[in-house]
Amino acid sequence: MSISRRVALGVAAPLLAIVFSLLVTSVVLLFTGAQPLETFQAMVQYAGRPRTQVLIINSATTYYFAAVAVAIGFRMNLFNIGVDGQYRLAALVSAALGGALHLPRVLHVGVVILSAMLVGAAWAGFAGYLKVRRGVSEVISTIMLNFVATAGIAYLLAPGRLAVTTQGSNNLGTRPIPESGQVGGLPLVPGTPLKVYGLVVLAVIVGAAFWFVINRTRFGFDLRATGMNEAAAVASGVDVRKMVVAAMVLSGAVAGLVGMPQLLGASYTYSLDFPAGLGFTGIAIALLGRNHPVGIAVGALLWGFLDNSSQILNLRDVPVEIVQITQGVIVLSVVVAYELVRRYRVSAVQRDVGRRLAESPPPGGDGPPAAAATQGAST
Amino acid sequence: MSVTSERGAPDVATRPAGARLRPAWLRGWRRILVGAGVLVVLLSIVRTVTGATDLTSSGTVAAALGLAVPIGMAGLGGLWSERAGVVNIGLEGMMILGSFGAGWIGWQHGPWAGLVTAVVFGALGGLVHAVATVTFGVDQIVSGVAINILGLGATKFLASLLLTGTPGGGQTQSPQIKPIGTISIPWIGDPLRTLERKNWFLLADLAGILRGITTDISWITIIAVLLVVATYYVLWRTPFGLRLRSCGEDPYAAESLGVRVYRYKYVAVTVSGALAGFGGAFLAIVAASIYREGQTGGRGYIGLAAMIFGNWRPGGLVAGAGLFGYTDAMQLRSSEAVHALLLLVAVGLLALAVWSALRRRFVSGAISLVAGVVIGWWYLGTDTLPSQVTFATPYVTTLLVLALASQRLRMPKADGLVYRKGTSQ
Repeated sequence: MSISRRVALGVAAPLLAIVFSLLVTSVVLLFTGAQPLETFQAMVQYAGRPRTQVLIINSATTYYFAAVAVAIGFRMNLFNIGVDGQYRLAALVSAALGGALHLPRVLHVGVVILSAMLVGAAWAGFAGYLKVRRGVSEVISTIMLNFVATAGIAYLLAPGRLAVTTQGSNNLGTRPIPESGQVGGLPLVPGTPLKVYGLVVLAVIVGAAFWFVINRTRFGFDLRATGMNEAAAVASGVDVRKMVVAAMVLSGAVAGLVGMPQLLGASYTYSLDFPAGLGFTGIAIALLGRNHPVGIAVGALLWGFLDNSSQILNLRDVPVEIVQITQGVIVLSVVVAYELVRRYRVSAVQRDVGRRLAESPPPGGDGPPAAAATQGAST
Repeated sequence: MSVTSERGAPDVATRPAGARLRPAWLRGWRRILVGAGVLVVLLSIVRTVTGATDLTSSGTVAAALGLAVPIGMAGLGGLWSERAGVVNIGLEGMMILGSFGAGWIGWQHGPWAGLVTAVVFGALGGLVHAVATVTFGVDQIVSGVAINILGLGATKFLASLLLTGTPGGGQTQSPQIKPIGTISIPWIGDPLRTLERKNWFLLADLAGILRGITTDISWITIIAVLLVVATYYVLWRTPFGLRLRSCGEDPYAAESLGVRVYRYKYVAVTVSGALAGFGGAFLAIVAASIYREGQTGGRGYIGLAAMIFGNWRPGGLVAGAGLFGYTDAMQLRSSEAVHALLLLVAVGLLALAVWSALRRRFVSGAISLVAGVVIGWWYLGTDTLPSQVTFATPYVTTLLVLALASQRLRMPKADGLVYRKGTSQ
């Protein structure tokens, strides 16, 4: 197959999916009585404003960590639904620690981030341990651990434990992290006082490290090998149990970072209204980005765009929730589109081979290989 | 991409050759009865020792039943789907669709119409899952996750469109749905109540349990119980069920025998969605009398856990759902009773330690012993438990039980694998 055709096929799937989900969204919009084209235009226009752009990048930063955490597991056929509980518990513990400490600037931030990673890693590692030692499916154990984390947070986030009450407010939160532990914003987008989270840099680093570890190290090779063919990996000497625990621990460590942009860049405290449910967003984005660091970045930005630019819909009397329908349709149609393109590619290759074999029959043999190839193409 | 083709449990299909057969009174349904009997006796002992009457009171049992039904229905949905070889993690989304359908139609046209709508909505969710996973061969977990996002998004969207401005309803909830009616077995309620109040050992407990499951039972609960029985009959006692299950064990073998695998998978996954929708309807119509956003609270996932807990069997699934319902009811009703449960857990763990030691498994025996002693010490050292600990009870219990028992679980052999007609090697 020629290179240009291969590239076209590679782009075809996501394009197909986005077009299809736009179509579905349009139908739903028509159902509500809104004009689809006008609505999309308004969203794009709104996203063009500097303020919205900053919000999109900030959301995407957070989503990126969540999606990378999920993707690390996916690369090994592990499904870490527990990112949600992992990052919330990690954010709570590290926020409390950060609020209690007085350290020099860089060290303070480092301690908070490191403690968050440790808590996330421990919570996920427990699920990994249960899987390899007790045969408990990580899908179920991480779901249960999410609920247990919710209970644990409710227990810890009480006055006299980790929380302090703020005067004149019903909100409960940890002691605010002093200035030495805060991460300043970056004025990347001109024309708005709003700043981009400083931790966007960390997101880039994590993405690069993810790519490097998965694609350029022995560990990453073993991880991918286990994910693709466990039996072959075992035969080549990979200790699958160790890999499962390692992958879960890594995934949990990155999950611990999910709450950090918000904690160190905006709220400085873990309170009752700390964003929840980001782990599930991460699953969707990891699927969309095919577990690839660049793909995930695109997916995270797309999600950030949909979530933030949809705010304009309120003014147009369209329920904002419509973007969730769009998001769900995107995830579903992306995977369907990839599958269709894959099938098309397989049959195209088979046809290709069949044709070439038919054109130039090898000396000494007439037919059987070509016949076999065309037979394969017809299935 | 296949995200999770096997779910943890090592394959124990091949029983060691010398495995002992259980004695006759411990086989099949008798085992469940014996287990339930032992449990009641233990609960009764703990109740007598601690005085926590809520352990077996009719109120607790009735609440447990109500909490178990939606979980059980979600689990039953999972059973249908996974027995045909399709992992269904989208149960949560289908349940959400069901609860919305029940609320939306229910408040206008009565609970029965709401129930039917919920089942149809759930089945639609199942159909989408079937199209994606069976026709397009998409990874089943991915499709399920997408359906959860879609179900939540679609209901939120529809709710703000269809429920805003309704009397007593709004963007996040429906107006009141009329009650669906309950039924009690006549003439036994009062004598049972008298007996329950006597606090006699075992008799009072049995009376409480009986009264809990015979008084003011919603019609939907009765249908749910019948659905469990019907599922067992259809899947295990009819040719249809045999073929359906064969699709989950070895679709290519089934194909070679002339079974239309695609069709069976479609039916199974659609029924699965319908059952999840039914569970959602129970939440809206019986448990809350309204549709409320976030009402399902992850029960779809818990139903899936209950089914795995129950080893992909209806009886085990009921036990799992019952366990969830019971511990959940406990934590809602009385923290004193949960505190008493600690004693039960401690005794159970110590018994397990002895049993493990007898079978020469000293490591697990030692772990059980330590855990039992710690929990016993916790029981003796405290009077009540913080409410958050009781909230976590059902989840921790599931984790514990799975950690102790999941080696014995065996899922359908081709569960989660993509099947393409005519591609067997």
